[in-house]
Amino acid sequence: MDEQIYQRESIPVNAGTRSSQFWEGFAKGLPIMIASAPFGLLFGALAVDNGFSVFEAVLMSAAIFGGASQMVGIELFGQHIPAWLIVFSIFAVNFRHVLYSAAVGRRIGHFKPLQSALSYFLLTDPQYAETEKRAESGKAVTFVWYLGVATPIYVMWVTEAWIGGLFGNLISDPHALGIDMLLPIYFLGLVMGFRKRDNWAAIVIASAVVSIIAYKTIGSPWHVSIGALAGIIVAVIVAKPERARGKR
Amino acid sequence: MSSIFWIIIAGAVLTFLTRIGGHLVLSRFERIHPRVEVALNAVPAAVLTTLVAPAAATADWRGLLALAFAGLVALRFNALTMFIAGAAAIILMRQFS
Repeated sequence: MDEQIYQRESIPVNAGTRSSQFWEGFAKGLPIMIASAPFGLLFGALAVDNGFSVFEAVLMSAAIFGGASQMVGIELFGQHIPAWLIVFSIFAVNFRHVLYSAAVGRRIGHFKPLQSALSYFLLTDPQYAETEKRAESGKAVTFVWYLGVATPIYVMWVTEAWIGGLFGNLISDPHALGIDMLLPIYFLGLVMGFRKRDNWAAIVIASAVVSIIAYKTIGSPWHVSIGALAGIIVAVIVAKPERARGKR
Repeated sequence: MSSIFWIIIAGAVLTFLTRIGGHLVLSRFERIHPRVEVALNAVPAAVLTTLVAPAAATADWRGLLALAFAGLVALRFNALTMFIAGAAAIILMRQFS
């Protein structure tokens, strides 16, 4: 498995022209943009509702660019919690990116330093998932392709904070629109997309059980880091990479 | 500047550090140990599951049904189709609650 991935990486497949790569990435970014639109709008609306100005809502979407952490931030701000604790909670929710960052470094290690810095800034959950899928399919992960994925997502995310902020009152009944379930449904889709990987079921079950326990005992947002760690530990335990290597 | 402004700036700086930090730490090692490789391959499913499971555990029966339905749709169709099917299911069911 490991060797196969590296072999494919060492023989770069002809990736086409730069503009065709951009639009190839753009096509991957488009459904993500549509799926995240309700959350971008909802964020803008809730931020203004919790005392943010429209400018501050837009600034937060532009500077942090992480939906779940932004939601946690405005939620806590509405509860008059100390500023350092709000910042720390944003950090805790986004801590999972450390894992994406370590994993995606294998895929985008050839980017130039500034391209690299911009790419890590744009490294969201779906961006990570698309980059992994692209690399696994054997196609070259270029900076232009990466920007193609990120551009529609980022531009619309920032725009939606502005629109949501202006028309915050349009969503009169979030519950009836199932807003609370849209994010879990969306993330479930990403989880299902990885189901062909080794030991997927064991990882998912371990992460699910431990994250639920952590959520009910320690509380949010730590269930993310703790649950993920459980899934990763199970993967390392059940994988036995040496034996698998001997067989192939 | 308001406290909101500084919360956003501090949150943005720390978020950027989480996004670049994993790579900066890992790139110090010349070759990746097979077990680390296994761990990295497990990352997406492990992390994304933690964003779904507690929501499922605390959802009402309609939310749970919508998730299960979307999960089944995902077995045959792409992510966008699955999302639209799941969203349609929860919105429809919530209309009659």
